[in-house]
Amino acid sequence: MRQGTGVETKKIVCVEKANIDRSGAVAQGLYAINCYMGMQWGENQPEDHVRYARNDLMGMVREDLGYDMARHVDSTVHMFDEWGLPMMKNEETGRYLREGKWQIMIHGESYKPIVAEAAKKSADKIYNRIMVTHLLMDESQENRIGGAVGFNMRTGDFHVFRAKAVIVAAGGASHIFKPRAVGEGMGRTWYAPWSNGSAYALPIAAGAKMTQMENRIVLCRFKDGYGPVGAYFLHLKTYTQNANGENYEKKWYDQTKELVGEYIDHHPTPTCLRNHAFIQEVAAGGGPIHMVTTEAFQDPHLETVGWENFLGMTVGQAVVWASQNIDPKYTNPELTTSEPYVMGSHATCSGAWVSGPEDLSPPEYFWGYNRMLTIDGLFGAGDTVGGSAHKFSSGSFTEGRLAAKAAVKYIEDKKAEGIKVSDKQCEEFKTAVYKPLENYTVARNEITGGTVSPSYISPIQGLQRLQKIMDEYVGGITSNYMTNGNMLKRGLELLDWLQEDLEHVGAEDYHQLMRAWELKHRALTSQCVTEHTLFREETRWPGYYYRGDHMKLDDENWHCLTVSRRDPKTGKFSMEKVPVYHIVDENEKKKAS
Amino acid sequence: MIKEIEEKKIIMSTFVYMTRCDGCGHCVDICPSDIMHIDENIRRAKNIEPNFCWECYSCVKACPNHAIDVRGYADFAPMGHSVRVRREEEKGTISWKIKFRNGTEKNFVSPITTKPWGKFIPKLAEGEKIKQGELSSQRLYTEPEGLNIDGELPSVPKESFKKGVYY
Repeated sequence: MRQGTGVETKKIVCVEKANIDRSGAVAQGLYAINCYMGMQWGENQPEDHVRYARNDLMGMVREDLGYDMARHVDSTVHMFDEWGLPMMKNEETGRYLREGKWQIMIHGESYKPIVAEAAKKSADKIYNRIMVTHLLMDESQENRIGGAVGFNMRTGDFHVFRAKAVIVAAGGASHIFKPRAVGEGMGRTWYAPWSNGSAYALPIAAGAKMTQMENRIVLCRFKDGYGPVGAYFLHLKTYTQNANGENYEKKWYDQTKELVGEYIDHHPTPTCLRNHAFIQEVAAGGGPIHMVTTEAFQDPHLETVGWENFLGMTVGQAVVWASQNIDPKYTNPELTTSEPYVMGSHATCSGAWVSGPEDLSPPEYFWGYNRMLTIDGLFGAGDTVGGSAHKFSSGSFTEGRLAAKAAVKYIEDKKAEGIKVSDKQCEEFKTAVYKPLENYTVARNEITGGTVSPSYISPIQGLQRLQKIMDEYVGGITSNYMTNGNMLKRGLELLDWLQEDLEHVGAEDYHQLMRAWELKHRALTSQCVTEHTLFREETRWPGYYYRGDHMKLDDENWHCLTVSRRDPKTGKFSMEKVPVYHIVDENEKKKAS
Repeated sequence: MIKEIEEKKIIMSTFVYMTRCDGCGHCVDICPSDIMHIDENIRRAKNIEPNFCWECYSCVKACPNHAIDVRGYADFAPMGHSVRVRREEEKGTISWKIKFRNGTEKNFVSPITTKPWGKFIPKLAEGEKIKQGELSSQRLYTEPEGLNIDGELPSVPKESFKKGVYY
């Protein structure tokens, strides 16, 4: 972002854990852009999207952030179109082809390399293969950012990035809950295995406030490959049924109404409540649940769409079907509900507590710079930003644009003058970063061989312990997403011990050092998730998780956002409730499908 | 961990054919999970950590010798299937061949770009300079023109905001 007319030139560096051409959740492509208003054709307005996201998240979103993202997202998508991303067109209208009310269909195998090309042409430098481990803090002014540090997982070099402003655009968290496949197939999670929660751990460790971290997401997906169902439901018009060929969702209507009241009557049915019916039906013995594809797939065009949908974004599902002779033209494929994930861009909105834009945000939501966290000069985009659900790829990119502009303004406003980051601070981080290598080197000679040491645990051993704790105590698949206050408190004790033991994680090489730091970020994210889950004494999103001791949705006490802060000195979390502002009225609520 | 995998000879989700790999390292360069590494003894690539493989096919697409293939995860995929891919930037296409365990074959070809690869991606840093006052406005680069709408960026009057439950 080079600026003219009095705005000084800024140097922009992009620090990337993998190779920017194929990194992140979009590495293998996407077959749809799930957030596009179509304001140019009057298809949707930003307020429609606010109503949609609010309804899907059971009332709990930051409407200022959602509205802001939605009013800008179309200009982002138009840029992608100009850059050569193949957008499917409706032959009759010439408009982008709609998959659903919000989604447009693309041939997006190369979505990431196309967007990366634009980044490479614009940033001053892209650093690939650097795992950012910590944020640097300014030592001259309290609560102000000073940069970031990390290491190159190929060379082992330590990198210090001194910066006036930092935008965290890292990934949410897969693999904090035990996945359904635990052998070789554990990598086939819904969200990418390289999304290790750095989006959260970096700001949490620095003392930034977080919001809605209890709002983990469970996905209803094709079994084992976690192939997406959006195009199947919306475009191919396939539908689900239980093993007896029944529409099971309506069977659970009365029971769901007991839990959440009139929320079950909203249209469209919130994602968590559809999950809830699925989970109840399987628990009651009605499984397996199938997607009825055999009707739609008789149309050769729809069959092609169905397959290309996977090949463009979840190849592993095509591999599963090929291996199990599942041809959806003749066989209705099985669905499942996934292990929980923590992220901020899908039908969920965990993330950092950020300032909204000046013109849309009430006082509690505004402190000077759009998408700035509660640490001065630290900004977020995508999964990092809490409260702005349903932004997906296009909305996350849009948040990056918003954060970048705000960061420039922050610097122009002379808010980043006189930052002091001492060599001492950097050296301390350097020692901490490489400690897992030292742990291994020193203690490896204590034992003859193998993986069992009394002095260290390996990253995979620590990860499996984390997943077991989260799974059993914080509402994973083993307990059918059930937890309660006592379980959560026990989970927190076990997580504390895990944190202590992670001081003794051992890494045999730089690759494993990267795994060690991924694990540390996942563990810190998990603590925050568990604290939030304990704080919210209700079951706001049945189908995502259940508080067995507070099974009902409780609007009287909990129609609010939860906000946490971890004190970097003590490691203790403090929790607070923050009001939900509805900036958009409920007009035409029922049309927001 | 790595050595353990080798010792147990666990087969991998992506794997590399010995006779086709020349050790060029394209897969090592691209793998989002950092699990494609060059084996120092045989000087060819291998998947060192299949349980962190997403089957994203980035390495398969990047391999100039078509030396990398995928065998579905042992946890749930019966053997005898294949999903092969050829990504051609010059042609702007990606082609897939799916072979079922029972021999059924399916072929698909999709575009990956609408323009000559990479040529129409602008150097945004050299784009239009920001005008006086625009840094304080809510507009982003290309806006409002880039939204293709008449008039300005939408907003909401603050007087209408409501706290808490109302529906």
